Amino acid sequence: MEAITTVELIMLTVVSAATPLLLAATGELVAEKSGVLNLGVEGMMLIGAVCAFVGALTSGSWMLGIIAGAVGGVLMSMLFGLLTLIFLANQVASGLALTLFGIGLSSLIGIPFIGLPIEKLPTLSLPFLSDIPLLGPLLFSQDVLIYLSVIMAFAVHWFLNHTKPGLVLRAVGESHDAAHSIGYAVVKIRFLAVMFGGAMAGLGGAFLSLSYTPMWVEHMTAGRGWIALAIVVFATWKPGRVIIGAYLFGSVTILQLHLQGIGVQIPAQILSMLPYLVTILVLVLISRHSTRVKLNAPACIGQIFHPNT
Amino acid sequence: MWSCLTGLASLENWIQPDPESVPVRTRDPNEFIAMPASNSLLSMRGITKAFPGVVANDSIDFEIAEGNIHALLGENGAGKSTLVKIIYGYYSADAGTIYWQGEPAKISSPAHARQMGIGMVFQHFSLFEAMTVRENIELAVTSRKKGVELSDEIRSVSDAYGLELDPDRDVFSLSVGERQRVEIVRCLLQSPKLLIMDEPTSVLTPQEADKLFTVLRRLADQGCAVLYISHKLEEIRVLCHHATILRQGKVVTQCDPTQVDTKELAELMIGRSLKPPTAKAKKTGQVVFSVRNLCRAAESERNISLKDISFDVRTGEVFGIAGVAGNGQTELLGMLSGEVLADQDSAVSIDNVDCGRAGVQARRDLGLASVPEERLGHGVVGNMSLTENVFLSGHEKYGLSKNLLMHFSNARSYSQKICDEFDVRHSGIHVDASSLSGGNLQKFLMGREILQYPAVMIASQPTWGIDAGSQAAIHQSLLDLAENGAAVIVISQDLDELMALCDRISVMFAGQLSESYSVSSLTAQSIGLLMGGAQVELNQDVGNAN
Repeated sequence: MEAITTVELIMLTVVSAATPLLLAATGELVAEKSGVLNLGVEGMMLIGAVCAFVGALTSGSWMLGIIAGAVGGVLMSMLFGLLTLIFLANQVASGLALTLFGIGLSSLIGIPFIGLPIEKLPTLSLPFLSDIPLLGPLLFSQDVLIYLSVIMAFAVHWFLNHTKPGLVLRAVGESHDAAHSIGYAVVKIRFLAVMFGGAMAGLGGAFLSLSYTPMWVEHMTAGRGWIALAIVVFATWKPGRVIIGAYLFGSVTILQLHLQGIGVQIPAQILSMLPYLVTILVLVLISRHSTRVKLNAPACIGQIFHPNT
Repeated sequence: MWSCLTGLASLENWIQPDPESVPVRTRDPNEFIAMPASNSLLSMRGITKAFPGVVANDSIDFEIAEGNIHALLGENGAGKSTLVKIIYGYYSADAGTIYWQGEPAKISSPAHARQMGIGMVFQHFSLFEAMTVRENIELAVTSRKKGVELSDEIRSVSDAYGLELDPDRDVFSLSVGERQRVEIVRCLLQSPKLLIMDEPTSVLTPQEADKLFTVLRRLADQGCAVLYISHKLEEIRVLCHHATILRQGKVVTQCDPTQVDTKELAELMIGRSLKPPTAKAKKTGQVVFSVRNLCRAAESERNISLKDISFDVRTGEVFGIAGVAGNGQTELLGMLSGEVLADQDSAVSIDNVDCGRAGVQARRDLGLASVPEERLGHGVVGNMSLTENVFLSGHEKYGLSKNLLMHFSNARSYSQKICDEFDVRHSGIHVDASSLSGGNLQKFLMGREILQYPAVMIASQPTWGIDAGSQAAIHQSLLDLAENGAAVIVISQDLDELMALCDRISVMFAGQLSESYSVSSLTAQSIGLLMGGAQVELNQDVGNAN
């Protein structure tokens, strides 16, 4: 009995570690599929985290907190969209700037709220299903953001592959000139995709400050935004594989904690490096299959679109 | 390119202008305005469009009738594409009126143009490579049909016009001709009233072009108007009912292309008399460039693997490699220039020095020069100035750098010299290379390499998308180079060009190079068959092959 609960506990923590990654990576996938590389995920997550925390604490409603987190992420992404899609600034530089800006701004907003306690997001147990032994509590007794993260990944898969707007979004990322010549509003579509990415990153941040560790700590995303970016490439821009990637990277994070806990004779710093090392390793491995990545990778990613040339 | 049958005859015309050629029957553009527009589909009055620094269209009057195939002719930069983009709703005109079926119309966007019944097949295809044929078509048509239903509709339309297409194939795996079919079918599904074709045959084999013409004629018979843009004067004479010639943004004349010979059409286009390239009697010498059993495995499914390629080129000789793009020419050029190394050192030799394992600079030192197909990005760096671009391939031969420092004054005088000798029209040698038009950029590239006096020159698609004036200049410079004792290799899919320049021609198909044939033993039709992969019995040019 003891053994089962330990396993359950570990798996529960894996789910928690994977969820912010899954949310942010799903959003970034949509933005990248439309041809926009937004490196500001980390910054958007931080703003999402602080907005969600402040929102929930001041209003007393976790629902308003989640909404505030998403809105914070969207506002950040709109700033990015304005710079890169309207003023045609370089996407890489703007994305990095967005992250730095997010780190600073979230710290500023969060100063009065450091160390304040908040109630963790309530778990929504689905009737009957959550009574299944082992799997029940794991799959069907979670909070709303965990359900949402998985649902959104499937929804994005369906949207991209089975709807006309999804086809158009992929087309815009594949060749903005061709899409424009057919008459699609490239900038508008990309702006919406970027905003979706911002909302999802904001939700990822909200999960961190409302559920994972229900409090506000400066720079509490601790590089998860970057891992989310890596997951998108790892998944070769496929939503289904984003789920696998997020849970894989989540597991590595948790594994690292547990290895430290049971006193494995490896310096803690090396263990903390693990998720990043795995990221690099995976990136190297998949880029060997150059064509297979190319086929899924949006061909116009990161390119500036000048409509009149 | 289709017109190669007649192309040969026209070639003779170019070399020996027919003294009794028919005078041009031009029409006063004003007379045109007064014409009743009874069956007029589209007419444009006083269309003006200016871009910073240039008036691309200067009060253009233009008319196209139902069921007509109407040619739009002009040099690069004459304003053809601007005019077409105005028709297709890409740009809006600064001044002027457009009438569609007799009613004033405003075409606000490409989507609007398609709704009105205007379809366009682009020169640089506007397809999405990583998507299937069906997805590509679904994106462009406003049909409610989806999935299997749309696939069936695609099949029925493509069958009806003899344009075979598999809706489920990925576009990147299609040949250029098949991609064009996708674009055409995409337009046909909208049952257009006006179909705009922008240089459609520049990428087709003669046989494919022939098929295309059949389709276009059939469309015209059904009442669809076709606006046909091309540099190829012969095919315009064969296909089109009317022609409008533009020069520097203005309508020069309207004429019936069947009544005018190609030389006159060309001169109307460029506005001065055209000097056809002339080749003096050539002395071919010993073999200076030879390729032996060159192989290259394809890196990916998008590449072609090269199979056992061998050929020799002698001094003073122009050797042509014909073939439809995508049959391994790009891969071959990379191996000849040294960007990709061969497995054996003996695979490539220059002046009897094996250099198959030597890189680009080593081969340049041996006297090799190459001009790649892709001008911007491969031939020159677009956002570097002309002077800086001279450095890239010329720093050694021109003595432009010393102790790692650049000699800017020398570089400037060299780039000036290139521009002067090769008639590169530019607004200063300090401007970005990307600001030059295709023809001028290509002349600059040719000049940069030729002034280094190469022993072996490789030029890939040297006049692709370039107007007649620049084309003649580039052809002449290649012939001069051969006359001065260099070995010249021209990789091209333009048969007229190869026939005009080359002494011997081999055909590339699916990564294999055919034996070489002397030009006199070939007809356009037989090369066309070889380009399509057919086995043709020809008298092989035994004397020169190997």
